[in-house]
Amino acid sequence: EIHIKEPIEKEVNPHLLPGELLLCEASTVYKYIQEDGSNRGTYGKLVCTNFKIAFLDDDSTSDDNEPQFKNKIVGENDITLQCVDQIYGVYDEKKKLLTGQLRKYPEKLIIYCKDLRVFNFCLRYTKEEEVKRIVSGIVHHSQTPKLLKRLFLFSYASAAPNNTDGRNQTVMFDTLEDWRDELERTKGNVKYKAVTTNEGYRVSEKLPLYFVVPICVSEESILKYEGRGIPIWCWSCHNGAALLKMSAFPKEQDDSASQMQKAFLDGIYKTISKPPYELLKTDDLSSSLPSLQDIQTAYTRFKQLFLIDNSTDFWATDVKWFSLLESTNWLEIIRRVLRKAIEVAECLERQHTNVLLIEESATDLCCVISSLVQVMMDSYSRTKSGFQSLIQKEWVVGGHGFLDRCNHLHKSDKEEAPVFLLLLNCVWQLVQQYPPAFEFTETYLTVLSDSLYVPIFSTFFFNSQHQKDTNTRGEGLKTQSSPFRFLTVWDWSVQFDPKAQAFLNNPLYAEKPKPDKSQRKTTRFKHQRQLSLPLTQTKSSTKRGFFREETDHLIKNILGKRIGKFINSSDEPSNSFREFYDSWHSKPIDYHGLLLPCIDGPEIKVWAQRYLRWIPEAQLHGGGTIATTAKILDLMEEVQSLQVKMDEEHSQAISGDVHSVPLLRNSARLSSLFPFALLQRQSIKPALPTSTWKDLEDEEDLVKRDDEFVDLCGDML
Amino acid sequence: MASSSTPKYNSNSLESSSSKRTLKDGTNWEQNEEIPRLPGETRVTDKDVIYMCPFNGPVKGRVYITNYRLYLRSVENDPVVVLNVPLGVISRIEKMGGASSRGENSYGLDITCKDMRNLRFALKQEGHSRRDIFEVLTKYAFPQSHNLLFFAFLNEEKFSENGWMVYNPMSEYRRQGLPNERWRVTFINEHYGLCDTYPSLLVVPYNATDDDLKKVAAFRSRNRIPVLSWFHPETQAVIMRCSQPLVGMSGKRNKDDERYLDIIREANGQISKLTIYDARPNVNAVANKATGGGYEGEDAYPNAELFFLDIHNIHVMRESLKKLKDIVYPNVEESHWLSSLESTHWLEHIKLVLTGAIQVADKVSSGRSSVLVHCSDGWDRTAQLTSLAMLMLDSYYRTIEGFEVLVQKEWISFGHKFASRIGHGDKNHADADRSPIFLQFIDCVWQMSKQFPTAFEFNEQFLITILDHLYSCRFGTFLYNSESVREKEKVTEKTLSLWSLINSEKSKYINPFYTKELNRALYPVASMRHLELWVNYYIRWNPRIRQQQPNPVEQRYMELLALRDDYIRRLEELQITNNSKIPNSSGSSASPSQMMSQVQTHF
Repeated sequence: EIHIKEPIEKEVNPHLLPGELLLCEASTVYKYIQEDGSNRGTYGKLVCTNFKIAFLDDDSTSDDNEPQFKNKIVGENDITLQCVDQIYGVYDEKKKLLTGQLRKYPEKLIIYCKDLRVFNFCLRYTKEEEVKRIVSGIVHHSQTPKLLKRLFLFSYASAAPNNTDGRNQTVMFDTLEDWRDELERTKGNVKYKAVTTNEGYRVSEKLPLYFVVPICVSEESILKYEGRGIPIWCWSCHNGAALLKMSAFPKEQDDSASQMQKAFLDGIYKTISKPPYELLKTDDLSSSLPSLQDIQTAYTRFKQLFLIDNSTDFWATDVKWFSLLESTNWLEIIRRVLRKAIEVAECLERQHTNVLLIEESATDLCCVISSLVQVMMDSYSRTKSGFQSLIQKEWVVGGHGFLDRCNHLHKSDKEEAPVFLLLLNCVWQLVQQYPPAFEFTETYLTVLSDSLYVPIFSTFFFNSQHQKDTNTRGEGLKTQSSPFRFLTVWDWSVQFDPKAQAFLNNPLYAEKPKPDKSQRKTTRFKHQRQLSLPLTQTKSSTKRGFFREETDHLIKNILGKRIGKFINSSDEPSNSFREFYDSWHSKPIDYHGLLLPCIDGPEIKVWAQRYLRWIPEAQLHGGGTIATTAKILDLMEEVQSLQVKMDEEHSQAISGDVHSVPLLRNSARLSSLFPFALLQRQSIKPALPTSTWKDLEDEEDLVKRDDEFVDLCGDML
Repeated sequence: MASSSTPKYNSNSLESSSSKRTLKDGTNWEQNEEIPRLPGETRVTDKDVIYMCPFNGPVKGRVYITNYRLYLRSVENDPVVVLNVPLGVISRIEKMGGASSRGENSYGLDITCKDMRNLRFALKQEGHSRRDIFEVLTKYAFPQSHNLLFFAFLNEEKFSENGWMVYNPMSEYRRQGLPNERWRVTFINEHYGLCDTYPSLLVVPYNATDDDLKKVAAFRSRNRIPVLSWFHPETQAVIMRCSQPLVGMSGKRNKDDERYLDIIREANGQISKLTIYDARPNVNAVANKATGGGYEGEDAYPNAELFFLDIHNIHVMRESLKKLKDIVYPNVEESHWLSSLESTHWLEHIKLVLTGAIQVADKVSSGRSSVLVHCSDGWDRTAQLTSLAMLMLDSYYRTIEGFEVLVQKEWISFGHKFASRIGHGDKNHADADRSPIFLQFIDCVWQMSKQFPTAFEFNEQFLITILDHLYSCRFGTFLYNSESVREKEKVTEKTLSLWSLINSEKSKYINPFYTKELNRALYPVASMRHLELWVNYYIRWNPRIRQQQPNPVEQRYMELLALRDDYIRRLEELQITNNSKIPNSSGSSASPSQMMSQVQTHF
């Protein structure tokens, strides 16, 4: 039902989705083409609806160049209201942040988006009345606090009844059955059970309707502290060790209350560290990982590096690029999170211990770590449906507060933290380090991150399952209307046609040969082989003498990386971490087995596709990884057509079942920004740095020297 | 035997894989011998040592020294640790600890290598056990300092290809469409009489006589006059190279030089100014006047436009690489990796060299203007700039053979002082003439190939092999400073060319993604956002930095290629069968889908 702009229609009216209302508009707005820093651009209409801000080009001639990778919901000149990051007005060449009421109206409007696009609109040629209306409209609708029910999600859901059969292979975890299946899949059902205690949200509104706990945990204890202090099951490893998470007790003022809580916890720990349960290690993530505040600060600084106004800006920041990157601390946070996930994997895999992650709400860093551990240890989580099910399990149903963390309603900046983005950034590191291990591409991760800001899917627009449930029922008592039926983001056909969806599938994915029972055994065998490595003694003790310096260095490194709050706090964890890490890396990779990320400095990279995709200066004309991917896709297409021919030869009949492979036109000349920003450079002039050198402060004497000391005056004599 | 060894780490460090590589390289390894040997390679000595591996700790082993290599094999077999180091790679040998030193393994040798690593061996303290090994190593690692021949002169390897035939200046100029009515070939330097650091064959403007050239030579540092490097087939603009003019403090002028530059400008019918790129920073160019050098001033050259490219001198580059080694060897800097990397300035230098080359290429191509490139002497920065610009403009140089020609031409024949910059066989490790200028060039090429993974016929291994043999002294290719010396030493007669090795087993060095594209300018983006540290080269000794070998993307592509070829073959067979009207083809009908399940398609 979604209406898509047809190339023939030459109207300048916005294409509205069902339930979308035009709120204000302004004509003769000039949109700069960011491409070359010149003042080139196009005139058009700027509109604001209850869903998006859109720029409508006066002459839509670009239609003959229909992009191959097109989002059906959000066009290239559309910005959903939730995607707006910051709005600046330019007054006499000075930039000013626009937030609330405006007294003066700017001549230029710069919109920075959360998907890192930057729009520059010139309002100099627009009627003053229209400027006032559009600027205050945009600022109001995108930057001021909002009621949940005012989200476009609801207007869309009521105007466009969802008839799509949302059931794909993604497990939604909203039924008891889903949890039981997951227990069975991971063989966790011997020691863990799915409970219905929270039906009607009797226990807590923060917990999902159904969840899994150790069999020995009683209903009373779950109810006692609203689910706090209860180990909740995330996943079971092939060896039976389980990953658990627990919502901690808040700091109690009352001494006796905290005594009781302590006693309660001790009881719980005692029950679940007895056989048949494995030894238990706990890890308080709020002290062993950066705080949400740190994460938010780091990301705010980091993303700023990619929101570039013009070419001068780009080159000015290029000189000190590495130290700028480092000063944001974002990559270091990614490294620490990956490291933590390896530590947890080591406990589960090698030490056969249960790991209990603790956090105040158990819905932020717990989600990051438990998801990462599963991506690393369970190859099912590296398939598309497996990854989507994982996001459902740990995040959506698990109760991550998307609404607050993304600050979709602009209610409080304090709650904002890019926790989910942090996970995607970490998973991306794995995807780029081990391309054949994932069924999805980095493009998949990028569009998933973009979908955080598209309010037609319910997936990322509630804080909890409870909040979703209560708001799905319609308006309280007057429930004459049927409940809302929201779309899920996992139905990719809503945003992309089949051709575009093909870009989400990884052509390098080495699919698991066959999931039959014998296969299962071999995987186990492989794991065991990994375990039975000769655990060579760390040789540090034998290093002495003139090697002393390096030994010290090594020891310093090891100590510096000591694990936070693991219960046994000797040197042992980090040593065994190193051993585990090194011995895994010394073996050939099994793309369907355990996967550990490389975490050395040079290995942690910037997710270039997501962060550089709109920056023309960073474009490689005919280069980038897309160049090789395109060649692989071309070849796959050739192989497939050969296969079809072969079938024809065999059966002498045409078989209709042909898979679609993305067709890349003129693949050798694709830009590295593909499939995103499709910039048509007028010329292929190379990008030249405009600011280049900084002082070599400490090397002045060298700098001044000649290459070779020969007095050429002498030659002349 | 190498094939049965199980290395502790599967990195591409020499410890694990190069023993196999050398075998493939044609090394002779008799069953009953302990070590691999090349034809012409002779054993000198061997000794029990402890190899102080910075990654795995001390390893007991036996070290063998030949006139070509240092070879170590661990005593224990699980894992087998192997070191296989050409002696040419050694820059410095130091004694560690004395006879009275206490502490385990405190007495031994520390060997600094030119390829980003150090090797430490501990020896028994009794009986001055280290003296003879130290002396043998010093002697054979630094043959030049001991009146010995380079191993290249003793090497008796045989190859199916003759690498010395790769570069023929005349055919390379003909490929470029030269000589023509505006450019001529001159033999004025046939016996290196005009300039002893230039090749014998030069291309100069048709309108300049040999007499003119001699006059110009008097005004250019070391007589390195402006000569043609490359000719643009469409714009007719050219890339010229030379050394700095001898302007000096007094601001000397030379009418012949001024007129010569004007002739160059006019040679492509150009009305606009001739563009001169001085690779140095402005201040250095000015400072050079004090020693008699300088740059083309506006007054003397009104028809020329001069730009400085701010590339630093050889000393700055040497220092930068030293700092880089500090942060990657033996351990990769743990905290503050990025700012540590930045503080080495290595990538910044790469960026500047690339930026300069892009400017040169763009000027010749879209600016349609001839350019003249020089630095001080025109054999370091100038060679980097001209060769990189040529690589950007001429797709021929992006093939294996073309790249060999490029190196032979712009670097070897035009007198990049390989002997001085690398210090082949020379014990003077602190020589201020040493500098990683050629390494920097190869790094720039790697950056380009990384940004454009389908544009080059060669792969990363090709570049690494070139760098390995830049130091090894197994081939004559990089020996000596100039063509005139090489001729005197009869290098092409008495030694083998590196290109013989490479061209004899080309398949090892082929990039499967290579897509031939003619006449396409290839401009890398010289931004820190895209420049990367070449981990597979600079950190290759560290087993913790993992390289997935073979590269999974490449592997997948190769699988698909094989599958396609298989299909084509089967299809042909099938068509023949069907044409001969045999209805039952069920025998082979199961196979295509079986094949597809291995290389699945899940779109």
